[in-house]
Amino acid sequence: MNDAIVQITLQIDGKEATVPAGTTVLKAAQQIGVAIPTLCHHPKLEDYGGCRLCLVEVESRGRTNYVVSCLYPVENGLVVRTRSEKVDKVRRVIIEELMAHAPDAPELVRLAYEYGADRNRFEKEAAFCVMCGLCVRYCDEVKQKHAVGFIDNGHAREISFIPEIAATECWSCQECFAICPTSYAQAAYLMTEALAFPGRRKKESAPRDAAVERLADIPAVPMTFVKRPPASEPELAK
Amino acid sequence: MSEQQITDIIEKYRGRPGAVIHALTEIQHANHWLPREVMHEVADALEVPFSQVMQIASFYKTFSLTPKGKHELHVCTGMTCHLRGGARLMAKVEELTGLKPGETDTDAKFSLEAGSCLGSCSIGPELIVDGKHYGRMTPERAADVLKQYD
Repeated sequence: MNDAIVQITLQIDGKEATVPAGTTVLKAAQQIGVAIPTLCHHPKLEDYGGCRLCLVEVESRGRTNYVVSCLYPVENGLVVRTRSEKVDKVRRVIIEELMAHAPDAPELVRLAYEYGADRNRFEKEAAFCVMCGLCVRYCDEVKQKHAVGFIDNGHAREISFIPEIAATECWSCQECFAICPTSYAQAAYLMTEALAFPGRRKKESAPRDAAVERLADIPAVPMTFVKRPPASEPELAK
Repeated sequence: MSEQQITDIIEKYRGRPGAVIHALTEIQHANHWLPREVMHEVADALEVPFSQVMQIASFYKTFSLTPKGKHELHVCTGMTCHLRGGARLMAKVEELTGLKPGETDTDAKFSLEAGSCLGSCSIGPELIVDGKHYGRMTPERAADVLKQYD
């Protein structure tokens, strides 16, 4: 047998795509320029399938099914529809549910506009974390520091920085802040910092002589915030 | 529970990342709870990140991150037991021990937990003490049962 990688041809939104076997539908779509919304997907990380936003309609051997494209491997002759009526409806509800937790997250605001989601549909439960697991997986897979993890289960599940590890690893990294869709990773970290090693930010970021420090008018540390959408961004659908 | 026992359990699983749950379960059963230092030892010995040990320990209800009493009481609040008077039994046990579900008393004698269906509907309402099932329990008899433990 030949060792050549088996190529698979499938159809995404009417466009032909030929990709190696084992590719996910999401990657194939990205290669031919079909946009599928994602929240928990990150090119550097293993596919996760947590947010379900990348849900698409697939048709193979006459059967229609709804699958998350970031985990679904391509098959020959697969017909993928990324914007059917039902797909849009499912995505809209997912966005509405996530907005009960993080109503002002820029990515969600943009998606809500695109899919006509109502941010006030579900009662607000401001947890600010949407459980995408990006920070946890980034710390595990890319940085391999394991400083942040999920704690508890079910509705009580939340991300938590492990103070023992965070004390030594997080100060010089803080890379998870930028990939968090809601900035909650940053909030959780600062909370841990405030509880576990208070005063450190003041001490280490502004090394001045003691007299100046006693004046206590040291300006706040410049921090990197996730960019908000520009002012011209359209208002939310009501 | 001696420290030696915990060390023995950890040594048994040294270098086996897949055995975190086994190690934690054994320690939980022997020690009734998982102190943070012990979880650090588990993480180091089994070569898994501490955050993962923490994730597992906080995920499963079997594990307790706070000290538990010497005797663990479970009162069933499931549907069948409830219809057979589980609520009255729970109220009596709460009164006898001075605990609400989820609490442990100050001298670490009893911990009380509620459970929705503990799997013995035919003998409900039931009270479980340290894994021993007491079926057809009445509030009156609950006092006699608890007296056996100290």
